[in-house]
Amino acid sequence: MRRIVSTAVLFATTFGVAFAGLRAGERNISAAAQQKPDATEVKIDNFSFGPAELKVSVGTTVTWTNRDDIPHTAVSTDKTFKSKVLDTDEKFSFTFSKPGTYEYFCSIHPKMTGKVVVQ
Amino acid sequence: MTAKSKDELLHDHNHDGVDRRGFLKCMAWAGTGAFCIMQGGVLKSYSMSQMAQMGGKVGKGELSFVQISDSHMGFNKAANPDVVGTLKTAIDKVNALSTPAEFMLHTGDISHLSKPEEFDTVDQILKGATPKDIFYVPGEHDMLNDDGKQYLERYGKNTKGAGWYSFDKKGVHFIGLVNVLNLKAGGLGTLGHDQLEWMEDDVKHLKSSTPIVVFAHIPLWSVYPEWGWGTEDSAQALAYLKKFGSVTVLNGHIHQTMQKVEGNVTFHTAASTAFPQPEPGKAPSPGPMKVPAEQLKSVLGITDVNYVHGQHALAVVDSSLA
Repeated sequence: MRRIVSTAVLFATTFGVAFAGLRAGERNISAAAQQKPDATEVKIDNFSFGPAELKVSVGTTVTWTNRDDIPHTAVSTDKTFKSKVLDTDEKFSFTFSKPGTYEYFCSIHPKMTGKVVVQ
Repeated sequence: MTAKSKDELLHDHNHDGVDRRGFLKCMAWAGTGAFCIMQGGVLKSYSMSQMAQMGGKVGKGELSFVQISDSHMGFNKAANPDVVGTLKTAIDKVNALSTPAEFMLHTGDISHLSKPEEFDTVDQILKGATPKDIFYVPGEHDMLNDDGKQYLERYGKNTKGAGWYSFDKKGVHFIGLVNVLNLKAGGLGTLGHDQLEWMEDDVKHLKSSTPIVVFAHIPLWSVYPEWGWGTEDSAQALAYLKKFGSVTVLNGHIHQTMQKVEGNVTFHTAASTAFPQPEPGKAPSPGPMKVPAEQLKSVLGITDVNYVHGQHALAVVDSSLA
C-alpha cells in the first residue's frame, strides 16, 4: 500500500514537473521572440538572400550559406564586411558589434541585395 | 530607334520572304544552325542547306572567325558534370568548320571560380584548336577575389585599363570591352567612364564604312534587367558607334542564343560550352538549367561569324554541339 502511494506521488510529481517544464519552455520561446534575434542565418537560394532583411541585436553573428549551384558573395555597400567568393554550401560569418543598418549585395550578381538591421 | 524604322528594317523590301515573321523565324532557328545576314539594312535568313549551296559564292576577302563563351571550367554540378568534355566537343566543332576560322573570340567566364588550374585546363584544351589566335574579354567569374589581376596577367598583356582593347582584321575593326568590374549594388554590368572615353577616342578616326565588331561578356543591350542581363552605360558606348553602317555586338553571359537588330546594330549572344540557363523570366532565377543528359549538347554551342567584303554584311551562325 505504501508502495502504491509513493508510486502515485512519484507519478504526479514527474507529470507536474514535466508540465511545468513545458510551460517554462513556452515562456522562453516567447521571450526569445521579443528579445533575441529572429534568425542569425541567411540562406542564398535562387539568386536571392533569405531573409532579405534581418533584424539582430548587437553582438549577433550572422552566417550566410550559399545553396545555389553558382558562386555568390555578401559584400556590404559601406565595406564593413566582405565575404570571399562562396561556392556551393560554403559559409561566411560576420559578428555585428555596432548598431546600424548594413546594406549588402552579391558583388558577382549585383541585382542580389539584402539588409541587416542591428539594434 | 522608332517603331516605324524598326518596321522598315524588318519589312520585306526585296520580296525575299523575310518580313517581321521571317525575322522571328530566324531567331527561332538560332541554336539549331541558322544563318542570318544583314545586307543593306535588311536581315536575310537562310537555312543550313541553302548555305551549302551558297558556299561556292563566298570568294576571297572573306573573314571568318568563331566566338565561344562561358566555358565555366571547374563547374561540376548536375547541369553538366563534364565541362571539360563539352569544351573539347566545341573545339572539335570549330576545327571541323567548312570555312576555317582565322581566330577565336572568347567572351568570358573562361573559369568558374578564377582558380589558376581552371584557366590552365582551358588553355590546354584551346591549344587543340586550329585557329591559334584567341582574343579574350573577361566574365565576372574570371575576376573573382582579385579584381582581375590574374586575368590581366594571363590574357590582358596588350590591353588598356581593366582589359579593354581593339584590333583590326581585314578591314573589320574589333573592340573588346570589360563590363564585369566595379558592379554596384542593385545594378547591371558597367563599362565605366575611363573605358567609354577610350572607346570614343578609339573609333573617332575610323571611316563610317568600317564594319565594327564589339565583343563583351554581359550583353550590351537590355535582355532582362531583372536578372542583371544588361549593361548600365551601354547606350553611351553605342552612341559612339552611330556613324557606322555595320555594327555587330557579340556577348555571352546568358548561356543561350538571342538576336536583336536595331538600326545598323545587330546584337547577338552566344551559347555556353558548359551549361544552359533559362529563358528570361521563365524560372525563379537564372541559375544553371538541368536538361536530360541526352539533350545537353543541343543547348550548348559555338558561334561562327563571316564577313564578306563589299557586301557590307556579317553573317552570324550558331551551331549546337549536338
